[in-house]
Amino acid sequence: MNAMHQDQALRTLSYAEAIREAMAIAMEADPTVILMGEDIGVYGGAFQVTLDLVDRFGPDRVMDTPISELGGAGVAVGAALTGLKPIYEFQFSDFAMLAMEQIVNQAAKLRYMLGGEASVPVVFRLPSGSGTGAAAQHSQSIEAWFGHVPGLKVLQPSTPEDAKGMLLAALADPDPVMIFEHKLLYKMKGHVPAGSYTTPIGKAAVRRTGSDLTIVAGSIMVHRALEAAERLAAEGIDAEVIDLRSIRPIDHETILASVRRTGRLMVVYEGVKAFGIGAEISAAVAESDAFDFLDAPILRLGAADAPVPYNPDLERASVPQVDSIEAAARRLARREV
Amino acid sequence: MAAPDNRPFAIRTYPPDRLREALKRMHLIRRFEEGAEDSYMRGLIHGTMHLSIGQEASAMATCMELTDSDKITSTHRGHGHCIAKGADVGRMFAEFFGKETGYCHGRGGSMHIADVKTGNLGANGIVGGGLPIAVGAALSARRLGRPDVTVCFFGDGANNEGAFHEALNMASVWKLPVVFVCENNGYGMSTSTARSTAVRQVADRAVAYAMPGVTVDGNDFSAVAEAVHIAIARARAGDGPSLVENVTYRWRGHSKSDRNRYRSKEEIEEWMTRDPIARFQAELIAHGVLDQAGADAILAAAIADVEAGIAFAKASPAPNVSEVTRYVYAEK
Ligand SMILES: Cc1ncc(C[n+]2csc(CCOP(=O)(O)OP(=O)(O)O)c2C)c(N)n1
Ligand SMILES: [Mg+2]
Repeated sequence: MNAMHQDQALRTLSYAEAIREAMAIAMEADPTVILMGEDIGVYGGAFQVTLDLVDRFGPDRVMDTPISELGGAGVAVGAALTGLKPIYEFQFSDFAMLAMEQIVNQAAKLRYMLGGEASVPVVFRLPSGSGTGAAAQHSQSIEAWFGHVPGLKVLQPSTPEDAKGMLLAALADPDPVMIFEHKLLYKMKGHVPAGSYTTPIGKAAVRRTGSDLTIVAGSIMVHRALEAAERLAAEGIDAEVIDLRSIRPIDHETILASVRRTGRLMVVYEGVKAFGIGAEISAAVAESDAFDFLDAPILRLGAADAPVPYNPDLERASVPQVDSIEAAARRLARREV
Repeated sequence: MAAPDNRPFAIRTYPPDRLREALKRMHLIRRFEEGAEDSYMRGLIHGTMHLSIGQEASAMATCMELTDSDKITSTHRGHGHCIAKGADVGRMFAEFFGKETGYCHGRGGSMHIADVKTGNLGANGIVGGGLPIAVGAALSARRLGRPDVTVCFFGDGANNEGAFHEALNMASVWKLPVVFVCENNGYGMSTSTARSTAVRQVADRAVAYAMPGVTVDGNDFSAVAEAVHIAIARARAGDGPSLVENVTYRWRGHSKSDRNRYRSKEEIEEWMTRDPIARFQAELIAHGVLDQAGADAILAAAIADVEAGIAFAKASPAPNVSEVTRYVYAEK
C-alpha cells in the first residue's frame, strides 16, 4: 500500500462529521450553496451536524430560520428555483409533515407542471428514526411516504462514506432530493475518503454476499441485518445483505439478481410494515421473472402498527432489532414461514 | 367612600387558602422538575425533557380560575401547566419512568404529559400543534352549551408557525371562548425573538386578528393572574378570544442537549434574581397571607409530595411489551 492509500484507509469520520464535511466542501466550491434550518447556526443543529459551519461561512450562508417549516422549506424551494442551492435541515424528519405542501405539491412537481422549463435543486436533510426515547412525534421513519411522489429523489445513507457522497450527489442533482439520516448513526465512525466524490443515486450496495437468502435493508437496519447475518453464519445460514441506499429511484436490478441466486427474500425497514418499502420491493419481485426463483414466501419485517412508544422496552420492541431479524431470517432460511 | 384596595390583584381577589395552594403548586412544579432532572442524570428516565424552572408563575397564575371542565392545551415545556391544572406528581413521575400507572401508560413520556380528567389535553411534541386544537375545544364548548373556556399555552417560537396565525384568525372570526397564553421566554431553542419575530412583542400580533393583546411580567404572579382573569371573563361572556403574553425566562437549557452558546451567563444570572416563586412568597408574607413558618411548611409539603411521587413511580409496573399496539384504536 502506498502512502496515499494508507492515509485514505485510516481516514475515519463520524456520520455527522462526514455530512458536515460534504456541506463544507460544497460551500467552498459553490457560492450558491446555502444552509437553512432551525438552530443550525450558533446552536450547531439539534444533532450538532452543522456544528461550527456558521463560524466558517457566516450567518448569511448558514441561516437560522424561525420555527416555520412550511415557510422555511418553501423559501428553500423558491431559492432553488431561481439560482441558489439550499440545503434545508428539518430538525426532525417528523416536522416535514408541516412542510408537505411545499415538498409534495411544489418542489416535486414544478419541473413537470412547467413542462421541463424549471428546476428545483433543493436538498432536504431529515434526521429520522427511533431509539432516542423521544416518543411518537420525534421518532418516525416516514421515508417510504416520499417514495410515492414522482419528482422527488429519496436517499437513506447507512455509512459515513455514503452520507458524504450522497449529499454531494444530491447537490449535483438538478432535482429535489430528500436525505433521511438516522439519528442513531450520527456518532457512528467509518472510513470516509477525503475530497469531493459522489455516491451514485439509485444504486444499492451489496454489503455481504451470501447464497441462502437475501436481506434488503436501509439505513440503520443494514447494520442490524449484518449483525444478524454474522450470527446466522455460525449456524451455517449464509445471508446476503443489500443496502438499499436509495428509495426513489429504487435499484430493482440488484435486488432481483440477488433473489434469482438465493431464492429467498426478506425486507427489513424501520417504517411501519404496512404500505411500506417492503410492499414495493415484494411486488417488484412478484412482477418479475425473479418470482420463479423463489423457494419460500417473501418476508417483511417493519415497525409495529403503532406510533413509536416512549417506554424504552416498548420502543425497542416496536421496530426490528438484531434479535428479531435473526429469528425471522432463520425461519425464512428453514422455510418455516 | 371606602379607600381603594391597592393590594396586588391576586391578594385582593383570591382567598388565602387558594393563594397558599398556588404557592405550594409552584414549589411542586420546581421540585418536580428538579426531581425529574436528577432522575434523568441517574439514568432512570430516558429521552429528553424541557424544564420550565423559572417560569412557574406563568403556569400557575394562568390556571387560577380554571375548573376541571375548562381545558388547556400545553407545550413540550408542559410539566408546569400539568401541575398547575391539578395533576398528581406521582402519576407524572410514573409517566416519565415509562410506567403503566403514568398518565399516558408509559406511551407518551415528558413531551406528551397530559391529564385529560383535569382538562389538560396534553403537552405537544410539535411546536404550535396545540393552537388549532385549543380553538376546536372552544368550538365544542360553545356548540355543546358548556361554559368552559380553553387556555392555549404556547411559546414565543410557536408564533411563527402557520398554525398560530390560522388558529387566532378562526378563533376571532367565530368569537370562541379561548385564551391564547404566550410564554415568551425570549428564545425558541437558540433563536431569540429579535432574530425570529418581525414584531417587537408577540402580543402585537393580536391586532391582526382583532383581539385584545396584552404583555405582562410573566414572573409577577398577580400581573399574570389579572391579565388572564380579564381574558377569561371576556371569553366566558361570549366576546371572543384574547392574547396574553407572559414575559419570562427559562433558567435551564432548552433541553438536555443545550450548550447555552446563544446567551450569556450574565443574562441567565440576572433573570435568576427575578425568581417568580420567591417573589410570590414574599408578596404573600408581606400581605399577611403567610408567615415564614407557614412558607417553610408549604415547601416541606411540596418536597414530601415529590419524594412520594418518585417512590410511587419506581414501585409501579412497566407496561407489558406485548401491548405495543394497545391504545392505537378504541378498545371494543
Ligand atoms: C414543528 C416543530 N418544529 C421544531 C420543533 C423543535 N423544537 C422543539 S421546542 C423548540 C423551541 C420552541 O420555542 P418556544 O415556542 O419559544 O418554546 P420554549 O421552548 O421556549 O418554551 C423547537 C425548535 C418542534 N418540536 N416542532
Ligand atoms: Mg421560547
